Amino acid sequence: MFNLKPKPFSGGVHPKGYKELTQQQDISKDFVPDRVYLGMQQRNGSMLNSLVAVGDTVVKGQLIARGSNDMTVPLHSPVNGTVVDIKPYLSSHPSGIKSQTLVIANNGTKNWGIDYPPSDYQKLSHEQIVERVLEAGIVGLGGAGFPTGIKLRLARKSKVHTLLINGGECEPYLTCDDRLMREQAAEIIAGIKVMAKAIGATNSIIAIEDNKPEAINAIKQASDGISGISLKIVPSLYPMGSERHLIKAVTGIAIGPGQLSTAQGILVHNVATAKAVYQAVRYQRPLIERVITVSGDAIEAPANITVPIGSLVSQVIAECGGLKAEAKRMIAGGPMMGQVLPSPFVPIDKSVGGLLALSEEQINQRQSQDCVRCGNCVKVCPMGLMPFQMATHSNNDDWQGAQEFGLDSCLLCGACSYICPSSIPLVQYFQHAKSNINAQRSMMQKSNLARQLTEARQQRLAREAAAKKAAKAAKRKRPARSRSTQGES
Amino acid sequence: MAINNPIAAPHTHSGLSTTNIMYLVVLALSPAALYGVWIFGLPAALVIVSCCISAWLSEVICLQLQGKNWLSSIDGSSLLTALLLAMSLPASTPWWVASFGCIFAIVIGKHVYGGLGHNPFNPAMLGRVMLLICFPIELTNWQAISIPSLGSDGLIFSQQWLGIDGVSSATPLADLNQIVEWKGLLLGEHAGSLGETSALLIALGGLFLIWRGIIRPYIPCALLLGLTIPASIAHWLHPQDYASGLAHLLSGGAMLAAFFIATDLVTSPTSPRGQILFGAGCGLLIWLIRSFGSYPEGVAFAVLIMNAGTPVIDHYLRPKIFGSQSLFKRSKGA
Repeated sequence: MFNLKPKPFSGGVHPKGYKELTQQQDISKDFVPDRVYLGMQQRNGSMLNSLVAVGDTVVKGQLIARGSNDMTVPLHSPVNGTVVDIKPYLSSHPSGIKSQTLVIANNGTKNWGIDYPPSDYQKLSHEQIVERVLEAGIVGLGGAGFPTGIKLRLARKSKVHTLLINGGECEPYLTCDDRLMREQAAEIIAGIKVMAKAIGATNSIIAIEDNKPEAINAIKQASDGISGISLKIVPSLYPMGSERHLIKAVTGIAIGPGQLSTAQGILVHNVATAKAVYQAVRYQRPLIERVITVSGDAIEAPANITVPIGSLVSQVIAECGGLKAEAKRMIAGGPMMGQVLPSPFVPIDKSVGGLLALSEEQINQRQSQDCVRCGNCVKVCPMGLMPFQMATHSNNDDWQGAQEFGLDSCLLCGACSYICPSSIPLVQYFQHAKSNINAQRSMMQKSNLARQLTEARQQRLAREAAAKKAAKAAKRKRPARSRSTQGES
Repeated sequence: MAINNPIAAPHTHSGLSTTNIMYLVVLALSPAALYGVWIFGLPAALVIVSCCISAWLSEVICLQLQGKNWLSSIDGSSLLTALLLAMSLPASTPWWVASFGCIFAIVIGKHVYGGLGHNPFNPAMLGRVMLLICFPIELTNWQAISIPSLGSDGLIFSQQWLGIDGVSSATPLADLNQIVEWKGLLLGEHAGSLGETSALLIALGGLFLIWRGIIRPYIPCALLLGLTIPASIAHWLHPQDYASGLAHLLSGGAMLAAFFIATDLVTSPTSPRGQILFGAGCGLLIWLIRSFGSYPEGVAFAVLIMNAGTPVIDHYLRPKIFGSQSLFKRSKGA
């Protein structure tokens, strides 16, 4: 309460960072998995069609699967080797569901199988840039996994003027964006220029939390003297990385509930995505690897490491020296919003930015108690909701009541569960309520569709019956007429 | 390696616990309580101890009857209720009266509604009001202070301090003619309930809680302003009939109410605007009851009345959803 600096948005928490575990080491690029497992099902549920068969030789960067439309980004081989299997395999989804997976054995060579001559993005039209981004299979690397090309195209349509690059990295433990900004600032800046051209934005802002001074310096140097690109230092406060809150902190504009940031002329992308876009447009290189943070107190040697997409979690952990303590929980992503991994043998997909193995002590989970209405959750909620009220309604299966208290605006950021002195699993309640509401909605859509079909069928039957009747009547009429004509003749 | 069940994020916790909060509040309250014992002597200590023991015993019995783990009786919440009730009683209250009030507070005030977190009314104030109605004489028999004096061979304790003989005196609120200077009110050198006398120590304890983030400043500020502003206006208009704002602020249970009673987590609203309304309402009611009611002190009644309004306040005065235009638009949309 004695912090007199104005907060960039109301609410938020300051979880302990643990960033020092990995912050000071260079990104390791030595990891070579002996096999990669590439799931054919994407985050949004759509399926890819394989372009290769078991036994085929594939080279690094080769297109091996593509979807039916642009929402399903294509998949490229991250390694040189042979397709050894196409079978259902574990996915990183918390339920441990199996999906069709391409298994490629790596022959160990690291060179790209295809020549990628550099090209000048200035000569490309904005549609060509978007096309290259889509072809490279890039999705948002911040965690949401939305196809970047689609996002750029939509932004151009809604006349976005400001490109906001998210270097916040507010999740504890994660430092991969921090390291990327320190080591590859020039590529990030170049990627920002490409994206700004693609969407027609005149203004680009890179926002970095004030707990990353080296990254701020690196970006400052790389962007020095470039017009249209500026740097904004934002206070470290979780969830700064949330799109709405970053926009509020940087521009002061609050995006209303249900509104898209592009409606206000702002598009947000992650720093790692900017780098991938640069690679895709300049060299036409597909997204086949990413930098992830492997950390947590159960990891022997926490590090930031470049991993080919499809590497198994177990192999990445082995690369980081294995486990030194019992990992009570393995998490994909950060500790605030990350998802529990169902098994150590799941592959890493494009939207996984962190891999944590946490001991019981760091998870710090206790038996939950009754709510004492202390209001801490209300205080920290960055969306201005009343989590304890939403939880009461969710608990009683009153989804509508929960929605009335703002469930639809909930980010599931976890600030409320983090602070709750009664250790109530609030986010779990909200996820449960949200999935029930979604199920209800899809049921409704289904029944609507069924009703429409039934109505259409009834109308068709009625039409057919009427036509039949008319035909019959006409038939009956015709002989009558013919008779009458006969009579007349 | 652990095979995980699906568990929702977050996978970390601040470490804040209800028990921590309760004991921090007890800690913040203890200097004022100890000071009460210092100025009123052993009878005050007897009231505090009998309250704590009876609260704990009734808590254990209630938990057992509900089939809950009796160990949660040490979570500090019953200790806090006992301490708050004890501090709002005169030091000369018989131990059995104090215990009876405490048992009522825990059993009827808390567990009948379902235990910690479910009670609509502040249990300590419920207990105090019950005692005030059932034992009006014991509850308004203010013992005069008897601070031990420093003699040549150590501290000298009066007969009254040791609980052998008592001298009663009027509280500054009951008798406006009794002149008490503000310094005496601030330090607590006047008659009154055993823990309500030192405005300074209570305010310091409250500031400690605000600093630690246990309570937010909205309720204390709103309550003190809600009490001082009408009191000052009335005093300015009719100085003979109405006590000054400062006298209201520093005497009786005003400070205790502002920082420890009205801010009770369970029974106060959660949104900033709700807390401001709640605090201001408490302050205004305290002044009204003190000035026009038949009881000299209105804290317990004021807090209980506002407690009754808490669910309504929480329902209507919600925080603004991030980015939403206005509250009226939202309520129309809902």
